Amino acid sequence: MSRDGREVLVDVKNLRVEFRVKAKEPFVAVKDVSFHVFKGETFGLVGESGSGKTTIGRAIIRINETAGGEILFKGRRIDGNISKELDREVTQKIQMIFQDPMASLNERAKVDYIVSEGLYNTRNYRDERDRQAKVEKALEDVGLLPEFASRFPHEFSGGQRQRIGVARALIMEPEFIIADEPISALDVSIRAQVLNLLSKLQKGMGLTYLFIAHDLSVVRFITDRVAVITKGEIVELAETEELFTNPLHPYTRSLLSAVPIPDPIEESKKEVLIYDPSVHDYSVHKPRWVEIKEGHFVLGNDPEISAYREMLGWRRFRA
Amino acid sequence: MALPILSARDVVVKFSLRGRVLTAIRQASLDLHEGETLAIVGESGSGKSVFTKSFIGMLDANGWVDSGEIIFEGQDLAQFKREKQWLSIRGKRIAMVFQDPMTALNPLRTIGLQIQEVVELHHGLRGRAAKERVVEILADVGIGDPKIRYGQYPHEFSGGMRQRVVIAIAIACNPRILIFDEPTTALDVTIQAQILQLIRELQRRYELSVIYITHDLGVVANVADRVAVMYAGDIIECGSAEEVFYNAQHPYTWALLSSLPQLGIKGAPLYSISGAPPNLFKDIKGDAFAPRNPQALKIDFLERPPFFQVTPTHYARTWLLDPRAPKVEPPAPIRAMRAKYEGHLA
Repeated sequence: MSRDGREVLVDVKNLRVEFRVKAKEPFVAVKDVSFHVFKGETFGLVGESGSGKTTIGRAIIRINETAGGEILFKGRRIDGNISKELDREVTQKIQMIFQDPMASLNERAKVDYIVSEGLYNTRNYRDERDRQAKVEKALEDVGLLPEFASRFPHEFSGGQRQRIGVARALIMEPEFIIADEPISALDVSIRAQVLNLLSKLQKGMGLTYLFIAHDLSVVRFITDRVAVITKGEIVELAETEELFTNPLHPYTRSLLSAVPIPDPIEESKKEVLIYDPSVHDYSVHKPRWVEIKEGHFVLGNDPEISAYREMLGWRRFRA
Repeated sequence: MALPILSARDVVVKFSLRGRVLTAIRQASLDLHEGETLAIVGESGSGKSVFTKSFIGMLDANGWVDSGEIIFEGQDLAQFKREKQWLSIRGKRIAMVFQDPMTALNPLRTIGLQIQEVVELHHGLRGRAAKERVVEILADVGIGDPKIRYGQYPHEFSGGMRQRVVIAIAIACNPRILIFDEPTTALDVTIQAQILQLIRELQRRYELSVIYITHDLGVVANVADRVAVMYAGDIIECGSAEEVFYNAQHPYTWALLSSLPQLGIKGAPLYSISGAPPNLFKDIKGDAFAPRNPQALKIDFLERPPFFQVTPTHYARTWLLDPRAPKVEPPAPIRAMRAKYEGHLA
């Protein structure tokens, strides 16, 4: 499957995820979300807590059931009931890196077991020697020493533990990695190490990332394209630099304005915009998902879209 | 410049842990001036929380101020032994707001009563007068419909609103100093921006001196008049926000700023610090950052650097400022920041 001459690895179409709590009405965590991820790129999903960004990642990897829409991986549908074979393939080819390395590693297991657990589950190794070689290779790939395999997680620092989390994903030889806030629980000086590692692995192995985060400064640095999500809906999607220079949707603009910049002079000049969802009057004109500029999509109704067009036009005259 | 309202000199804080002694704060000194916001930046374990907790007698039971002095309103807080002495300071004169607003409130009492408790204790107000004061404070911290909110429970408030309530409790007794310990880390960025705005407003209205603890340099740029950088239990650089951001001197400050993705160049690797912070159970010789500093000098491993003055308000604990030291170029992002600032001044 391809679009604009580039291969689409993951295609999410009109995805809907519901959670049934006690109330009769289900809670809709993700409503009608569509996006696609090209092979080899880093696609960012940004939103605040409760926006549904993690739920989308979990739906792709089949942890959360979908209530509507479809998810395609290399052109094949992977949501709902799928064959055992395809399930196995998905389990192997799509991997996840979690937020908190302090909570996501089994404290009672040695690194050797933690890293090879996926291999055991899929029996994806010839013999014991092959498994050990794979563990060693995975640890080396993430910059850890092979002898760390016989240690327990508590012997490692936060950054090293996150590397173990990455090794555990890599050993499956995945094509697509969902990184759910992989650095937000880490210290500032360690974040750079893990970001560098993720970029290095991408270049070396041709990996594709779905990078889920709330921190826009990190997203700007690492992603190629970004989607901004709020209350279970994507409101804007564009190439990263385009989104940061030409934010259109009021939610995107408010989110961008709220990010603190490590520069006192710029910070003192900055004005924080507060997003008020009631600015949208969708009673007459219903909102549509519109490609307003090549590769730049935004959610809005007809009057809003023409206002955004005008905004883009004005911006061209900026110095 | 205004006189310091609080002055900590050579403070040493130790903890006893499973029979071993850990030195969490190693002779740290800091002044807080009247009416300013001082940000303390550092990574987890650098001692920023422990240091400020020693100002209000809130160290864990296994910790103590070993030496040094903390002068506030003519008293040396480091000498305080009994809880009764602290009661006249903690909450009343120096109050603290913690990171997580979800756990700071009692879920079984209405927020009105939780604030009223403080008002009654410290102002001696009773009954209707106390309630009126509480409603006033709620309005002050930007909570709409304060009369209705007064009778509600914490679970009826969002995270940002709960943090406003916690701040209301802290300012209810008119403290001179307010310490914020990562108050927005648990909040979304848009809410964070609103809370930072609130802190600035309250500071003006209540004439507060503020200590703001954080690891987020973006937040520091937003709130701070002055910045103190902490590493391994010591203040290693201190100056005005502009001095620290645009003319940093200590290699650790360089590394901290350079590793920010905001200052990185897309596609190129980010500047990263290798290794891990030192073990505080052991004695630290020389400059604590030396083992992680690729450009460390010989003396960095041997002798602890003193404070060198850069300007009357800016000082740093690094041998690089010694006249005998070779000239070491800071990393590219730091040079870019300096150039940008010079361009701004020109």
